[in-house]
Amino acid sequence: MSTPDVMETPHIDLMSLDEIWFQVAGTVCNLTCQHCFISCSPHNHSFEFLTFEQVETTLVESVEYGVREYYFTGGEPFLNRNLVRMLKRTLDFGPATVLTNGTVLRPEWLSELRTAEEKSGFSLEFRVSVDGPTSEINDPIRGDGTFDRAIKGVALLCEHDFLPIITMTQTWDDSRNAEILQQFRGVLQKHGCHRPRLKILPRLKIGAEENRTEGYAETERITHQMMEGFDRSQLLCHHSRVVTNRGVYVCPILLEASNGAMGDLLGESLHPFPLNHGACYTCYQFGAICTNSTLRSQKSD
Amino acid sequence: MKLALFGGLYSNYLALEAAVADAQQRGVDAMFCLGDLGAFGPHPNRVFPLLRDHDISCVQGNYDDSIGHELNDCQCGYADPNDNYFAQVSYDYTLQNTSADNKAWLRSLPKELRLHVDGLRVLLCHGSPRRTNEFLWQSNTSTAFLDRLADEWATDLMVGTHSGIHWQRELRDGRRYVNVGVLGRPENDGTTNVWYAVLCTGSDAAAGALPCTANGTSVPISVNFVPVIYDHTLLAEKMQQEQLPDEFIQTVLTGWWTTCLEVLPSHERRMGRF
Ligand code: SF4
Ligand code: SF4
Repeated sequence: MSTPDVMETPHIDLMSLDEIWFQVAGTVCNLTCQHCFISCSPHNHSFEFLTFEQVETTLVESVEYGVREYYFTGGEPFLNRNLVRMLKRTLDFGPATVLTNGTVLRPEWLSELRTAEEKSGFSLEFRVSVDGPTSEINDPIRGDGTFDRAIKGVALLCEHDFLPIITMTQTWDDSRNAEILQQFRGVLQKHGCHRPRLKILPRLKIGAEENRTEGYAETERITHQMMEGFDRSQLLCHHSRVVTNRGVYVCPILLEASNGAMGDLLGESLHPFPLNHGACYTCYQFGAICTNSTLRSQKSD
Repeated sequence: MKLALFGGLYSNYLALEAAVADAQQRGVDAMFCLGDLGAFGPHPNRVFPLLRDHDISCVQGNYDDSIGHELNDCQCGYADPNDNYFAQVSYDYTLQNTSADNKAWLRSLPKELRLHVDGLRVLLCHGSPRRTNEFLWQSNTSTAFLDRLADEWATDLMVGTHSGIHWQRELRDGRRYVNVGVLGRPENDGTTNVWYAVLCTGSDAAAGALPCTANGTSVPISVNFVPVIYDHTLLAEKMQQEQLPDEFIQTVLTGWWTTCLEVLPSHERRMGRF
């Protein structure tokens, strides 16, 4: 991915640290999805697991910044043996969300987490990636058998009274969205998920996805002009940072970018960031793709 | 001091009438409304004379900003197509049926009100102090975050509405965040009443109330959430006559939310039926 001159690029200030992301499983995943924007796999150790202590230290530090909520991602977070413990600790501080592929969940973990959630009063959200309502759509991208395995995970979550948010990376034409959503609601109902929460996400044309399809054109970049009057809160980098075993990064999308690293510690990572990547263009177009929040743009800030 | 704090009205003039009568009976010193006067309910002009006659100072909600400026939508920011459909039906109805005078009045409302009550710094806003349409739900808002807002906005008592379910939390040094709930529709708990809050400070605070010690003071604060029973079947009839969506009417009659559920965090979503 080539990056144009930084001076020509609009920079974004961190307005406030509202969310902290934990790259808790690094780039290690039990799956090897063809569209994974950070090319995770069982063998990608570019980023490693976070330890419980790293999470704990960050949680304590986060209070001073007034962080509102915490996200756990990877790779597959549940490959980290300390995840349940980390989530339980996080719920002492605030709400938590886990982004999982749903294929390695265990009932005993979910019981424990559900009890912890109830006790804390903060929500524990699960976002499960399933890339369509059928194995025919999902499996060619995420791997053979992954649709059935993920749906089993979703059913298990519902059995434990969680309300998973299903996120689909869109690999079909916009015109099919309504039909896909409708079909998926039906599938989820059948698996005991009676309050389906579905979210369609755009593809990020980096990492494995760049090889699968075409990557970004040089022209797909945010310009100064585009930023005029734009609601910056739509971009994750405006209100969050991601903690990895290699320091603090600007967002969970740009782990592999040459300038994605912001500093070793949270306090060193709060400076502005140049929006000079193709992926930034996708964030700009679609807005709020990373958070649970379904808020769209609004004019007053 | 004793203040009545009303959340979103959503054109529910019957609930507003009942709440005003209740507050008067409690001998409140003043009444406030935190915005979103229209939406959802019938005959949007009917809340305005009540607000004026009873000297109720109002904050501008996202809905009021939209209706006042005749924008295309309510700025609730729903992303689910179904939610958007219903939100738009009620928005178009409210826009069409709000008089030009009332629209002008909505435009003139402040985004926040600051009060000094018994030495406490009180901030009344709609969503959050920093953003009119920010949802602050009990289950997805950390205490550290609320403390930061209270620091940044230099306030001892932060009061908002917008999300539709009442709650409160004690912050550092006895400061408070209070979400007063809404008068517009029931709380998604299967009961048909709506809610508002009575804030009591100083000598009016309940016995044993915790003091706020921020800002060099030690002023006790107590917050009483008040259920308001009103003629909800009459409201439902009026909504029917105005051909508002049956989904909304069901909410009034049953106490369960039927639409715009996608913005709820799972804890609050579980409380409801849908
Ligand atoms: S997209 Fe998710 S599940 Fe797939 S390889 Fe990447 S991290 Fe793993
Ligand atoms: S990829 Fe998105 S979140 Fe990351 S820096 Fe670019 S705009 Fe911000």
